[in-house]
Amino acid sequence: MLAESVTIASSSSVTSSAAGLSAGTLGAGEHLFEYVPQVAGAWWIALIPLLALIGSAIALGMCYFPSRGRRSDGTVERGTGGKNKAPALVVFALLSVAFVITLVGYLGWWNSGAGAGGGDPGSAADARAPQQVTLLEWIRFDYADENAAEAGEMISTGAGERMVRVAEDGSVTRSFIADIAFYMDGLSWLWMLFVTFLGAMICLYASEYMHKDAGYPRFFAAFGLFVTSMACLVMGDNLVLLYLGWEGVGLCSYLLIGYYYKKPSAVAAAKKAFIVNRIGDLGLALGLYLTYTTFGTVQYDELFRLVDQGVDAWGRDVTETWVAWAIPLLLMVGAFGKSAQFPLYVWLPDAMEGPTPVSALIHAATMVTAGVYLIARMYPLFLLDPDLHALHAVAWIGTFTALLAATIGMAQFDIKRIMAYSTVSQLGYMFAGLGFLTSYGAAYHVFTHAFFKATLFLACGAVMHGFAGQLDLRKLSGLWTQKGWFIVSFAMLIGCLNLAGFAFTAGYFSKDMILAEAFYTPDSLIHGSSLMGWLLLLTAGMTAYYTFRVFFRVFVGPEHFEPGDEHHEDDHGDATDALEPSEDHVAEHEAAAEAEHAPDPHSDVHAADAHGHGHGGFHPHPPGWAINTVMIVLAVGSILAAIPYFVGGDKDAHAKGWVGEMLASSSAEYFSGVVHPSHADGNGEDAAGLVGVEAIERDAEMVVLPAMAAEPVPGEAAHGTTLEAGSILGGDPHKLMYYISSVFGIVGILIAAYLHGPRGAAGLFIGNRTEASRSRADGLLRIKPIGTVSKWAQAKWYVDELYNAVLVLPLLVLSHIFHAIDKLIVDGALVEGVGFIPRALGSGVRPSQSGLLQGYALSMAGGIGFILLIVWLVSL
Amino acid sequence: MTTACAAISLAGWAAQAASGAPASVLGPEPGAAIGAVVEPGLGPIGLYHYLFLAASLFVIGVIGFISRRNMIIMFLCTEIMFQAAAIALIAFSRFHLNHDGEVFVIFVLTIAAAEAALALALVVLLFRRKESLDSAEWAQLKG
Repeated sequence: MLAESVTIASSSSVTSSAAGLSAGTLGAGEHLFEYVPQVAGAWWIALIPLLALIGSAIALGMCYFPSRGRRSDGTVERGTGGKNKAPALVVFALLSVAFVITLVGYLGWWNSGAGAGGGDPGSAADARAPQQVTLLEWIRFDYADENAAEAGEMISTGAGERMVRVAEDGSVTRSFIADIAFYMDGLSWLWMLFVTFLGAMICLYASEYMHKDAGYPRFFAAFGLFVTSMACLVMGDNLVLLYLGWEGVGLCSYLLIGYYYKKPSAVAAAKKAFIVNRIGDLGLALGLYLTYTTFGTVQYDELFRLVDQGVDAWGRDVTETWVAWAIPLLLMVGAFGKSAQFPLYVWLPDAMEGPTPVSALIHAATMVTAGVYLIARMYPLFLLDPDLHALHAVAWIGTFTALLAATIGMAQFDIKRIMAYSTVSQLGYMFAGLGFLTSYGAAYHVFTHAFFKATLFLACGAVMHGFAGQLDLRKLSGLWTQKGWFIVSFAMLIGCLNLAGFAFTAGYFSKDMILAEAFYTPDSLIHGSSLMGWLLLLTAGMTAYYTFRVFFRVFVGPEHFEPGDEHHEDDHGDATDALEPSEDHVAEHEAAAEAEHAPDPHSDVHAADAHGHGHGGFHPHPPGWAINTVMIVLAVGSILAAIPYFVGGDKDAHAKGWVGEMLASSSAEYFSGVVHPSHADGNGEDAAGLVGVEAIERDAEMVVLPAMAAEPVPGEAAHGTTLEAGSILGGDPHKLMYYISSVFGIVGILIAAYLHGPRGAAGLFIGNRTEASRSRADGLLRIKPIGTVSKWAQAKWYVDELYNAVLVLPLLVLSHIFHAIDKLIVDGALVEGVGFIPRALGSGVRPSQSGLLQGYALSMAGGIGFILLIVWLVSL
Repeated sequence: MTTACAAISLAGWAAQAASGAPASVLGPEPGAAIGAVVEPGLGPIGLYHYLFLAASLFVIGVIGFISRRNMIIMFLCTEIMFQAAAIALIAFSRFHLNHDGEVFVIFVLTIAAAEAALALALVVLLFRRKESLDSAEWAQLKG
């Protein structure tokens, strides 16, 4: 059977590329065959990670200078930062500059295509080639390749001179090259744009949010390093640099989740995040090794060139070997760890123990999107396998995770945790999108999600900050009308609408793209894709429900609040490090007391009774300018994130907007390049000729997926299987999905309004909640089966308990056994046993070492006397 | 201890007397000059007598060193041992009619002087630490 290179592309792009091919031009993605030219003058791209790193270093330095913070006994408290916001402002300024540099670099790259393409948008994308900038040489070594002779066939050196050299006598030298070099294509630029922008915004937010916490500069040091690592991960031109950033992100998440290191739960969460990520990283590391041993390179351009041919470093066909599915599956495990997919998602909800800006950073911009990036970046490898095993796994696990996390999210009461599960769920969407061969949908969802999830988290953080750590949606209500909370509430509404996929929001368009592709992708290509589509639609409804459950309970309805147990003056419960309440803080309290202490009397009393200490002295603490500014910017950003859907790109191809155009020239949209131009024309020698291999030819068939109404591509059927595109309810998914998903979203919102909405307009006239803690949902939960299921969901389906029982406990028992073996046999018998011999010998002569000089002198004199005696006796 | 010292000395003397070695062996042949001092009843003083004196002094020093714990006394005992060696060297030097031994002795004396300064300084420092000259106070330095 011939190796099938399967592709799915929208009708028009296939048509156009087929047309272009017959005219002898290069198809989309063709540039991946070529080495990416080095851009000599673009060293300043390196400033993006460097600036973040410098900010991190400065903040770290500030940890060691006495700050203005003084303890009540007058001693200077080092490294707390006190009220000094310098670390935050430095990091913010540098990240802003990094964002500007990214923007300038991106514009330069974007415009590089405009001129060359001669105004034709299709070819403009092609001309927008990746840029490669080598900053400095990092790991480089040469080695002799013994397998070369055995393989018989060698890829000629040609363009691959950098990696492979053949000497006169036929011996082959290969090079391992992993430089500190950056590979900037549309995918990298897209990621860097939102990473630096959101990094800067969240940093500004944190400057206010964190200013009462001990270790203020420490936070920003880790923050800067986080962005540096993410930049390394995204911009690196080889897998080793990606791995460095990958681990750096893991480290920084550990540092930041465990920021309140005096809180045991935070330490446990940090450890959990680190360890669960290690499991994923093992997959990534193995995938990386396997990639290297197979393709002999870790550099993207070289790697893609080989993958494109479907050959390994020795020119052998790999598409039919186990490597073709093993590498993507291993990389997938790595992505699942970092992006919190099903077996490895458990760390992400626990990561809520970190400060909220960290959650926003992890969930929106960095870390969790790394997994999506990895798969998008390595998409050619995922398409290597003709049966697409790995993509099936990605799609199914993504779908399952989306559904699972949504069910858990529906039953939680901690608003931050609900947001955490929503992230897991949305990441599931992204992975499902990757599995449905719409890396565009996945990347666009990453982009919109970055904005609206940052908005949601920062709004939740503002609530947490203002209400002394209160996050229970049963204990908060009616924030919208409370003084000073309007901006946060409004931003929250925008974020919720986006997350719920309400019509015409950015989240709606991006989610639609994935949902439509689920149905569009034929079941015979990704098995069960329409079933997954329905599951994801159901999930979309659930998402809308739990999102607005939070909104209706916390932000609208009767005014009510119970403070949490964190007090402003305390550094999160650590009384010894507490700073003295500052003057303005007290003043603020007094002002707040006069201005807005008029809560609902009934709920106030109830709260005081229920909560023990009441909150007579507590007044919520509305966000200041920094938080409000960031909330406004991000809310506007969330709205504007819909624009790329309509702007740019090839209009005829199904909704490939600006993001699609960005990706068109990157490896993420590789599948359009899998349509081998030469194969399509039936002359395989061309492709082989590119690398000078004649005997090895990836005899790929092009599988073209014509769109619904597209005219069949003439002659295609002769070369490949033509798959019928999927449909939903008998129509084009891309058109119908707009209506279907809005219905699901709106139904979800209405259910939330009915069950949790307050009386009146805010509950869309169907809610009847009059108290913070009571709603119609309580009545629903009293029905036995629903209540039980809800209880299970609230307990997160006991997944943590299951892991504890199945994995942690056996490992613990095993480790105790090994500990005992270590103690008894290794330490006891071997180490201690050997050590006992000199000790036993020593104990015999130890009394002679009395420490009394006379003793030593006597033994010396006695010894001499003894010798003399012997001499005398002998001489007799 | 002193009695033991005396006993050893006497035993040495007796052993010499009992061995019946001829005076010509023990008394220096060329040693007419040494025999300037004459003790009545003991005959001319020869190399043997000097060596006996040196040995006695040395043994006295050793025994003193071993038996006393006062650091100054112990120090003095070492000085006695020095002088015993010096006497022996001088005696041999005279016996062989060359100056090698004397040269040695002058060096020994020089170094002993320096050593005495050092040792006494150390003793003073040690005394300041413990307010005591008892060397047993420093027994804790045992390995």
